[in-house]
Amino acid sequence: MPHLDIIDLNASYGSVGVLKGVNLSVERGEVVSLVGPSGSGKSTLLRVLVGLTPPSGGRIVVDGTTIDYRSKSSLKAARDRMAIVFQQYNLFQNMDVMRNVTIAPVQIKGRQRAEVEADATKILARMGLADKHHSYPDQLSGGQQQRVALARALALKPEILLLDEVTSALDPELVNEVLDAIRALAAEGMTMLIVSHEMAFVKEVSSKVVMMDKGQVVEAGPPREIIDAPKTDRAKEFFGKILRH
Amino acid sequence: MERIIAQLPRFFSPENIYFLLQGMAMTLTLTIVGCVLGFLLAFIIVYVRQTPGWWAVPMRLVAIAYVEIFRRIPFLVVTYLVLFFIAAFVKQASVFVIALVAICIYSTAYTADIIRGGFESVARQQIEAATAMNFSRWQTLTKVIMPQSWPVILPPAIVFMVSFIKDTSLVSQVGVFELTFRGKELNNAGFSGVLVFGTIALLYFVMSYPLTRFGAWLEQRLAASRHHRPQRQLR
Repeated sequence: MPHLDIIDLNASYGSVGVLKGVNLSVERGEVVSLVGPSGSGKSTLLRVLVGLTPPSGGRIVVDGTTIDYRSKSSLKAARDRMAIVFQQYNLFQNMDVMRNVTIAPVQIKGRQRAEVEADATKILARMGLADKHHSYPDQLSGGQQQRVALARALALKPEILLLDEVTSALDPELVNEVLDAIRALAAEGMTMLIVSHEMAFVKEVSSKVVMMDKGQVVEAGPPREIIDAPKTDRAKEFFGKILRH
Repeated sequence: MERIIAQLPRFFSPENIYFLLQGMAMTLTLTIVGCVLGFLLAFIIVYVRQTPGWWAVPMRLVAIAYVEIFRRIPFLVVTYLVLFFIAAFVKQASVFVIALVAICIYSTAYTADIIRGGFESVARQQIEAATAMNFSRWQTLTKVIMPQSWPVILPPAIVFMVSFIKDTSLVSQVGVFELTFRGKELNNAGFSGVLVFGTIALLYFVMSYPLTRFGAWLEQRLAASRHHRPQRQLR
């Protein structure tokens, strides 16, 4: 049984269809990367998964349970299992690092503060942020903020981690520190669905690459097949353009 | 001029000073109680107005209509409306209560838009991050939106309150013993109008100025506090 199964998923912004029958499955412990031109629906797919954009058709199944996005309790359960990290980090500007990481586990999940803080301390140390507990987001670099965002997602103890272009807003020299953190998570067997433009990273870390265009899956398979030897013209054109330089 | 100078000792008798201080106290009470109550009510109005879902449409319309209508009616007219409305049901209603109700109605309408503007200044992404982590609407509001919108809300709210110290003079029309009403009484008692209302004007200034300075200080402090400034992000 796939950890995450997306079946004939549709979504639209107003009358514009953004996802048109997407099929995709992610096995437990697998890292699946979504690639494709902007506007192809990759980020929308992640937004639909965490209920930020409502689906207009199709099914999303997590660990055998179909999520009903119109039901508050079903959506809540889905958000308990999947955590998302955004391109722009979206850290709470009014909270320091520690509070950003601990607020949801403590206030929303009702866990003991001491236990959550001990957890958060470990996670932040792993992210190389041991000395930043009391910094505010705007005192941190982009790379640091994005690692805090990763820590915040991990503190929720998600089963599936969704990463939406997490390095796209970073200065080039900060990209690696974030990628290293993700590499380590992948090595630990965290199920991940990643939207990324870092092709070398995608190739290295993913077990499956899914190329999307115009709201549909164009090609899916192991990275070496999809990136190095795409079969469809659309994929050939896309990878040809981005890998040339 | 000679008349004024001649009246000075009698005008500043302990009795009259006490009389004026009472008027000031009434003016400040009306302003502060009215604006604080109005602020709380405005908060409810904004919360209702931003409630999503079709079932909330009638409530939203009432909230919008309330703000749009009462912002466009002069305060004095609101006061008369309240006076005659309440008088129709309650014989010998207290003019203080009537004035207070009128002030609340008016300040609610005004501060509602200030609060709404503040809430809307918080980046959408902040709210999405909270939503994706299962924050309820109330939790998102109190833990993310409100702490980030105070710097946007408080300065204009204080400006409104300061300007309302002056506008309370209008409730003297329905007979509340606030500062302006006291001035009229002293004037009727034979004191020079220039003397009486010159003093009254000075007292309004004395009440408004510190609050204006406080507002300016607060605005500067909030702008300087890096941690509570809403981050402007791409929308």
